[in-house]
Amino acid sequence: MSEVVAPISNPSSIPDSKLPQAKPSRSLWSDGVLRLKRNKAAVVSLGFIILICLCAAFAEFVAPYSFETQNIDHTLEGPSASHWLGTDGLGRDLLSRIIFGARMSMSVGILTAIMSLLIGGIYGAVSGWFGGTVDSVMMRFVDILEAVPSLLLLILVMVIFNAINIFENPELRALTGIFLAVSVVGWLGLARLVRGQVLQVKEQLFVEAARAMGAPGRLILWRHVFPNILGPIIVLLTFQIPSNVLFESFLSFIGLGLQPPYSSWGVLANDGWRAKSYPHLILFPGLALYLTMLAFNLLGDGLRDAFDPKMKNR
Amino acid sequence: MSHQTGALIGRIFGWGVIALIVLGVAFDLGEFEIPAAYWYALVGWCFVSAGWAIVRQNLLIYVTRRLLGAFLVTFIIATATFLLLRYLPGGPFDTEKALPPEIKANIEAKYGLGDPLPTQYVNFMTKLVQGDLGESYKYLGRSVSDIISETLPVSFQLGFYSLLLAFTIGIPLGVFAASKHNTWLDTAAMFLAISGVALPSFIIGPMLVMMFSFGVPFSFMHGMLPPALWEGPLYYILPVLTLGMRPAAIIARLTRSSVLEVIRSDFVRTAKAKGVAEMTVLYKHVLKNSVIPVLTISGPLVAGILSGTFVIEIIFAVPGMGKHLVQSVTNRDYPLILGVTLVYAVMLVVANLVVDILYTVVDPRIKLS
Repeated sequence: MSEVVAPISNPSSIPDSKLPQAKPSRSLWSDGVLRLKRNKAAVVSLGFIILICLCAAFAEFVAPYSFETQNIDHTLEGPSASHWLGTDGLGRDLLSRIIFGARMSMSVGILTAIMSLLIGGIYGAVSGWFGGTVDSVMMRFVDILEAVPSLLLLILVMVIFNAINIFENPELRALTGIFLAVSVVGWLGLARLVRGQVLQVKEQLFVEAARAMGAPGRLILWRHVFPNILGPIIVLLTFQIPSNVLFESFLSFIGLGLQPPYSSWGVLANDGWRAKSYPHLILFPGLALYLTMLAFNLLGDGLRDAFDPKMKNR
Repeated sequence: MSHQTGALIGRIFGWGVIALIVLGVAFDLGEFEIPAAYWYALVGWCFVSAGWAIVRQNLLIYVTRRLLGAFLVTFIIATATFLLLRYLPGGPFDTEKALPPEIKANIEAKYGLGDPLPTQYVNFMTKLVQGDLGESYKYLGRSVSDIISETLPVSFQLGFYSLLLAFTIGIPLGVFAASKHNTWLDTAAMFLAISGVALPSFIIGPMLVMMFSFGVPFSFMHGMLPPALWEGPLYYILPVLTLGMRPAAIIARLTRSSVLEVIRSDFVRTAKAKGVAEMTVLYKHVLKNSVIPVLTISGPLVAGILSGTFVIEIIFAVPGMGKHLVQSVTNRDYPLILGVTLVYAVMLVVANLVVDILYTVVDPRIKLS
């Protein structure tokens, strides 16, 4: 980042155009973007994530077969020219199932992360902003929820939701259940983070100045506090998405989430695990999951280094 | 008492705990029956050591307050779970084939499910205070305490060995990567670590089984390790490896960054300047000062391992408590759900308290209040 500026002996003798121009001022954000661009692993990861998301969004056009078309003549085949990643026990094309699975897994991961952000963000902001008794009561509640193993919470919500049985469509029911369960578990960390950040920022001078000028609390929160805590929130969100994808896969893996013939990476992992001696059935879904997790983690690290320099190397 | 004597006594307590644990591990791995006296010694020694640490660091008030808080949290969790279960649509005896109403009423009367809710709650709480968790609805004639005391040790073993593995792999790997900072070795070690974070246990577990038990793709590995069950040290390897991998990776990453931070500090430069050997600096000066962030994360790590045992127990058919976590909920086995939840919650709370006390022991500069 060092920019050598030649010493100027006699400024008046140099024409204006030769004078060193002031560096265009860069905001915190463009600085961060620049730092992020220099991080090759993060850029590649971002590209990979976009690719996966595109595949997921246009699964019908990308996937060579449908996720539920069975072909009894070609079951449990290894990779071949017509089925690139082989077929499963009912002759369904594994590549297509992985692509359609990406749709399920990614949409759950991203939507639940946003949901957790909304719940946790508002909760944490309120708690941190009001402070005092409100803060300690609200945070005790988070403490209690954290002492219940998240797994149990997840399972409880799923079971309750399945018992209430709102939707007829099994896919829709499973999805909404997963969605609710994962959101309920995921917001705790975000609430803690946002609260801590708000507590820190609200004591700073520019907030005090805004308050002295008579800005209403809502405005201060939105215009002054929020932009200042956005960096850490984005970073945590990047780590939240993969962990939510894992939660979904995990729920489907233990049979509480999505069921075949619908496809998600967890369903596929479960299929692969049951099929024991056909390694391609677990290898490829596993690889998809692993690469996605890896990409999100690398991107998260890159984002943290770029936008949250205090946390560098953590 | 002089400062030195105090420090010496603390050290004796600390090494005593470690020695006892090593002894226990040796017993267990050597497949000896662990005598009851060992457990008394271990628990007693731990209590005395903790007491010493508490008195010496002036933590009495802090610990009392934390314990009271822990009781409150446990109480609230018990109440909330109780209420949640009672308001859940459907009951524990709604079977596929509807039972004749008289029989169902009889069963529900036996377990006191027909009583008004406040009565049920008072009954439940008075029993809980006496340490009686009630009788399972599905495992007829067996008390929840029996089921838990039978399965918890297995889960505990699994979790303990995984945590041990995580620390013994994670810390050296992190120190190694930091000492080779900005070389390909560092990059490789950190890639390994981030892969460990990115690989879910339900993928790596089945793959390890495939490799070491079924001999895919290398047939000479066929039957090398048992694919499932929990009957001896050989059976521990795959589940423990699967469960310990992720925490090991997290610890390695944290250790590395922490070491990198400490390495730049003045006292390390002084040590190097006066000619202390590189290795001695790394292990005596740097590592000791970098373990605190690692300790900070071990509370959440324990929580992760607690939840993690459950998946591992499914994949490897380990007869632990995790199985009941899901089955009890789907079975609506109320007493068992409550028992399992409470055990998990208590373990979590205790683990966090122990970690907090350990901070002050490792770094006396930290003052808890």
